[in-house]
Amino acid sequence: MKSLSVSKAVTALMLAGLVLLPLYSSLSGNIFILTLFTRIIILALAAASLNLIMGFGGMMSFGHAAYLGIGGYAVGMLAQEGVGSGFIQFPVALAASAIYALVIGALSLRTRGVYFIMITLAFAQMAYYVASGLARYGGDDGLTIYKRSDFSGLVDLSNRTQFYYLCLACLFGVIFLIWRIVNSRFGLVVQGLRSNEQRMQAIGFPAKRYQLVCFVISGTMCGLAGALLANNTDFVSPAVMYWTRSGDLMVMVILGGMGTLFGPVMGAVVFLLLEEFLSQITEYWALIMGPLLLLIVLFGRGGIMGMLGRAGRG
Amino acid sequence: MLLVVEQFLNGLQFGLLLFLLAAGLTLVFGIMDLVNLAHGSLYMMGAYFAATFAAWTGSFLLGALMALGATLVLGIVLEMTALRHLYGRDHLDHVLATFGLILFFNEAVRLIWGPAGLALPLPAWLTVPVPILPGIHYPAYRLAIIAVALLVALLLYLGVMRTRIGMLIRAGASNREMIGALGINIKLLYTLVFGLGAALAGLAGLMQAPILTVQIGMGENILILAFVIIVIGGIGSIRGAFLAAIFVGMIDTLGRAFLPNLLRQVLSGAAASTAAPALSSMLIYLLMAMVLVVRPEGLFPAHRR
Repeated sequence: MKSLSVSKAVTALMLAGLVLLPLYSSLSGNIFILTLFTRIIILALAAASLNLIMGFGGMMSFGHAAYLGIGGYAVGMLAQEGVGSGFIQFPVALAASAIYALVIGALSLRTRGVYFIMITLAFAQMAYYVASGLARYGGDDGLTIYKRSDFSGLVDLSNRTQFYYLCLACLFGVIFLIWRIVNSRFGLVVQGLRSNEQRMQAIGFPAKRYQLVCFVISGTMCGLAGALLANNTDFVSPAVMYWTRSGDLMVMVILGGMGTLFGPVMGAVVFLLLEEFLSQITEYWALIMGPLLLLIVLFGRGGIMGMLGRAGRG
Repeated sequence: MLLVVEQFLNGLQFGLLLFLLAAGLTLVFGIMDLVNLAHGSLYMMGAYFAATFAAWTGSFLLGALMALGATLVLGIVLEMTALRHLYGRDHLDHVLATFGLILFFNEAVRLIWGPAGLALPLPAWLTVPVPILPGIHYPAYRLAIIAVALLVALLLYLGVMRTRIGMLIRAGASNREMIGALGINIKLLYTLVFGLGAALAGLAGLMQAPILTVQIGMGENILILAFVIIVIGGIGSIRGAFLAAIFVGMIDTLGRAFLPNLLRQVLSGAAASTAAPALSSMLIYLLMAMVLVVRPEGLFPAHRR
């Protein structure tokens, strides 16, 4: 049981760090780190949502960035049309993501394996092109959001610390939800489908229906990340749904540890800090990042969580 | 009439180019069971090599030939150093590892050739318009692309179906342990197949280069089209890839050319000009969705196991 304690200790340290970060930021006067970590937390939320279908459900979606864009565009378009209330913007962002996930999921889940990877990728790319074609909302150049979502005094999104804690609360909320889902009867069925779909079907579970519901939940969660991301950057453009972003999310999940509760958060923190660190050393950071990914795939089975587990076992 | 013929040929040319790319992808997937996202990078490298070698030798043809050789070698080196270790692993591992390779190639290109794109000028004899029908001219270069791609498709078909190597390749696709047990050097065979796929991607890239600019990331958008094609055609099937590629090339080109006018007859001018670009770029994905609803395995699935 020692293995559990090592990864648990590291996770607890990381979470404590995330909670206390604004304190450090205000004491040291380092505002940049707060902005950086707001972004990290939002993308960790997206990665956690991807992990729900990828790690627990075995559905390898390569188009998860589409929800980041849909959530973001819902906020941006409503703001453009003069609807500034977050109580309208956020539900619309979630609903739009859910509807997209329902349609795409219903089509994509007809296939499996590598077809599924390619199809989710292609549909996300379709969303990317549609956004590029929205001339009214900036097209290729994207859409500037002049005013962040207004939650009428409940929480002020323009206040850096409040926004940070809002994002963190959303992340914890989503992880709690995922924990409840994974351990529910529904979650066990979905995990069973990952292990052996035929057997589950033979027992009498309607496989596709369970997977579709899981797919929609995951997409909706990622739509929330999209709405937060648009508020964070005050900007949304087709580039947020570019397929390399979906790849980044996948990398975060794998890097942290697929099918673990806090692995994606760990993955997002490490991946984005590494990106930040490497890009400060050299302009050509991807030259190092690319081969690093290859090495992680070849040698780092189970991601960081897996390695921590092995280290614990000695 | 002129426009229709011209766009029809453009569609055919684009489709054949897509076929070259999709053929390599589907070959590598069908035989080695490897999902190679970096296939688009090989396409990009083909274009960069061609632009460099053509400027260096001063001859378009010589540059193109050297670029073809260079992508073949690059593919072989890539297979031997990195991708060989991915055979038999999970598809997700393939996706991630080759995603890393894309990052690497894009950055390496930026380091070597700089962030600005290159141009690959055509020799004068390829830029003349050729009369194809009375009163209708078509650029010689695009005709040359059609001819070369058709020739390559034919050679590929004959090579896979009629030669000894082709027989080994097909045998390797259906049962790799068995042909290994029969004393065939399967490692070498895989390296060759990967090199062939790389050369096909390079050929597509260098032929496309004079039409578009040679730039970083040029392989990524077209790679996704190649994915759509092999999903529609059925993974591992070269015949399916050929038909689906032509189909997708046609739909994409004709859609972009004629959809705005068609929409304008139904909708108001402003609405049509807003909807047309989005709708025409969605067309092939809608097509893919329809194919999936009817035939989830693609139109011509390769017969496997």
